[in-house]
Amino acid sequence: MLYDMIARIQFEKRSGAARSVLFFAPLLSVVVGLCFAGIFIGVTGKNPLAIYILMFEGAFGSAYGLSETVVKAIPLMLTSLAVSLAFRMQLWNIGAEGQLYMGAFGATWLALNFPDWPNYVLLPAMLALGFIMGGLWGLLPAIPRAYFKVNETITTLLLNYVAILWVDYLVYGPWKDPNGFNFPITAPFSDSAVLPSLGPTRIHAGLFLAILAAGVLYVVLKHTKWGFEIRVSGESAVAANYAGMNYIKNILLVMFISGGLAGIAGMTEVSGITQRLQHGISPGYGYSAIIIAWLARLNPWAIVIVSFVFGGLLVGGYSIQTSGLPAATVAMLQGAILFFVVGGEIFVEHRLKISGKRGNK
Amino acid sequence: MEQSLLTAILATGVIAGTPILYAALGELLCEQAGVLNLGVEGMMLVGAVTGFLVTLQSNSQWLGLGIAIVAGGLMALIHAFLTISLRANQVVSGLALTIFGTGLSGYLGQTLIGVPLAVTFKPLPIPGLSQIPILGPIFFQHDVLVYLSYVLVAVCWFGLYRTRTGLKLRAVGENPGAADAAGVNVFAVRYTYVIIGGMLAGMGGAYLSLAYAPSWLENMTAGRGWIAVALVIFATWNPAKAFWGSWLFGTVDVLGFHLQTLGITVSSFFLKMLPYIITIVVLIIVSRETKKRHVAAPGALGIPYNREER
Repeated sequence: MLYDMIARIQFEKRSGAARSVLFFAPLLSVVVGLCFAGIFIGVTGKNPLAIYILMFEGAFGSAYGLSETVVKAIPLMLTSLAVSLAFRMQLWNIGAEGQLYMGAFGATWLALNFPDWPNYVLLPAMLALGFIMGGLWGLLPAIPRAYFKVNETITTLLLNYVAILWVDYLVYGPWKDPNGFNFPITAPFSDSAVLPSLGPTRIHAGLFLAILAAGVLYVVLKHTKWGFEIRVSGESAVAANYAGMNYIKNILLVMFISGGLAGIAGMTEVSGITQRLQHGISPGYGYSAIIIAWLARLNPWAIVIVSFVFGGLLVGGYSIQTSGLPAATVAMLQGAILFFVVGGEIFVEHRLKISGKRGNK
Repeated sequence: MEQSLLTAILATGVIAGTPILYAALGELLCEQAGVLNLGVEGMMLVGAVTGFLVTLQSNSQWLGLGIAIVAGGLMALIHAFLTISLRANQVVSGLALTIFGTGLSGYLGQTLIGVPLAVTFKPLPIPGLSQIPILGPIFFQHDVLVYLSYVLVAVCWFGLYRTRTGLKLRAVGENPGAADAAGVNVFAVRYTYVIIGGMLAGMGGAYLSLAYAPSWLENMTAGRGWIAVALVIFATWNPAKAFWGSWLFGTVDVLGFHLQTLGITVSSFFLKMLPYIITIVVLIIVSRETKKRHVAAPGALGIPYNREER
C-alpha cells in the first residue's frame, strides 16, 4: 500500500542544522526544481536542457542580458524585502503585487500633476507617496487582521486584483494619453520625474534604494529592540504580549512598512523603466517575491543575491519566448523551485530514516 | 426591478457560483482534515486546461471532466506529500501549488486560446421541477454538473455530520493525536481528503472551461480559487452554508453584467472589482461573528502532525 510506504519514511532530529546543508539546500532545490519542471517541458516534446541553456545565455551571456537581469532584480529585491519583513512576524503578505501597483499609482499622480517641479523635489515626493500608497494598501488588510483575526493571506491576495483593476481603470480611462494611439498608457513623465540611470543601460537609481533597504532592514532586524519584538511576535503572539510588546501595533506597523517597500518598487518601475503608468507594469514580481524570500530564508542580503538569480530567470524567460514557449513557463519553473524549497526544509533540521516496518505507537 | 430579471440574475448566479462551490467543498473537506491548501486557484486552472485539452482531443466532455478531476487530484498529491509527509509549511506549499499551477496551465494552454469546443455541458432542464415558478428557472434549468453539485452538498453534509467516516475526519482535523490514539490512521485520512479536495478543485476548474465559458483563457479562474478559500471561512466549515455562500458570490459575480444591461453606467473595471471587495467585506463580518459565537476553525488546521511529538 502507498500509505504504508509513506508511513515508513521517518525523520530524526539533528542536533543542530549543519552549515553545509543551510547553504546547499536552496541551491539543490533550484536544480531539482528545474529537473521537475523539465519533465513537463519534455512531455510536450521540447528539450528542457536546450531551453535552460537558452535561458541562461539570454540572462547572463551578454552585457545587455546581464544589465537587464539587474533591471529585473530591482523590483524583485524590493518586493521580496517587503514580504520577508511580514513573514518574519508570521504575517502572510501575499499582496506585494497590488501594493506595487498602488505605489506606482501614487508616484504617477505626482508625476502627471506636478511635472514642473525640479527633480530633487519631485523624485523624493514620488518616492514618499509611492511608499505611503503601497503602505496604505498593506495596512488595509492589516487592520481586520489585527483586530478580528481576519485571514490576511486571502485579503492581501484579493486586494491584488482590486489594485490592478484600479490602475487599468486609470490607464484605459481618465489618465489615458490622448496622443497614445489608444494604448492603455498615461502621458510620458517629464524629465524631472525620471530616475537617473547608469550610463546607456536601463539600470536605474532604484538599485541603490533596494540595496539601501536591504541594509536598513538587516540592521533593524538584527540590532534594534523593534527588530527583536518582530522576531518574538513571529514566534508567539502570547509571548509578545506577555513581554509587554504591543502586538497589534506591530502588526499594523509591519504591514504598513511591508506594503510601503512594495510601493517603492512600483515607484521605481514607473519612474525608472516605463516612465509612464501603463497596463501590466508587473509580470508578477509580487508573487516571485514570496519564493525569493523563502529561498533566502528571509535574510535581507541573501534576498539581494537570490533576486539577481530570479531576475535572470525572468530575462531568460523572455529569450525563450522567441522559441515558441509561453511566458507562463517561468511561473511554472518558479513554482517547481518553491516545492523543493519547502519540501527540503525538513532536511535542514532532520535526518531521513526509512524504517523497515511501520512504526508502532 | 422586474421579477423576471431578478429570476434571471439569481439563475445566472447559481451557474457562476458552481465552480466556486466545487472548489469550496473540496477545500472544506481538506480543512476538516486539518490541512490548509492555498493551492485551489492553481488546481482549478490545471483542471480547466486539462479538461479543455482532453475534451478538444476526444470530443467527449465527460472524458475531459474525468481527466480534470485526476489532474486536480495529482496536484493535491504534491501538497499532501509536502505538508503531511515532509511536514512542510502549509501556507507556503499551497502558494507554491498556485504559482506552479498558474504556470503549468499557461504553458499547456498556449495553443488553446480562442479555440472553440465542439462539445460542452449544455443546459438540461429537469422535467417537472423546472416548471415550478421562480424556483424552477433559478435552480433546475441548468446543466448536469450544477445538479451534481446540489447532490454533492447533501452528501458532504450528511457524511460529515451523520456518519462514522465524517466523525473520524473531523477528529483528525480537531485533534490528530487523540484520533491516532483511538486507532484512526491520521496520515491516510489526511492524504485522502487533501486529494479529494484537489479533485473537486479540478472539477470546479473544468466547469469553467467546459460549461460556464466554454473556452480556454490564461488565468481564466480570475481569483475564484481564492474566493473559494474565503467561502470556506464564510461557511464556518459547513457544506450547507457553502452552498448559499457560493450562490451569493456567484450572484455578485454576474451582477456587473446585469447592471450594464440595465443601463447603469459604472466603469466595467469597478464592476469587476465587486466580487473581490464583497469577499473581503464578508470575510471581515464573518470573522467578527465567529469570534463572538466561538465557531472556530478545525483545531489542528495548519499544524503538521508529528507522531513522535504527540
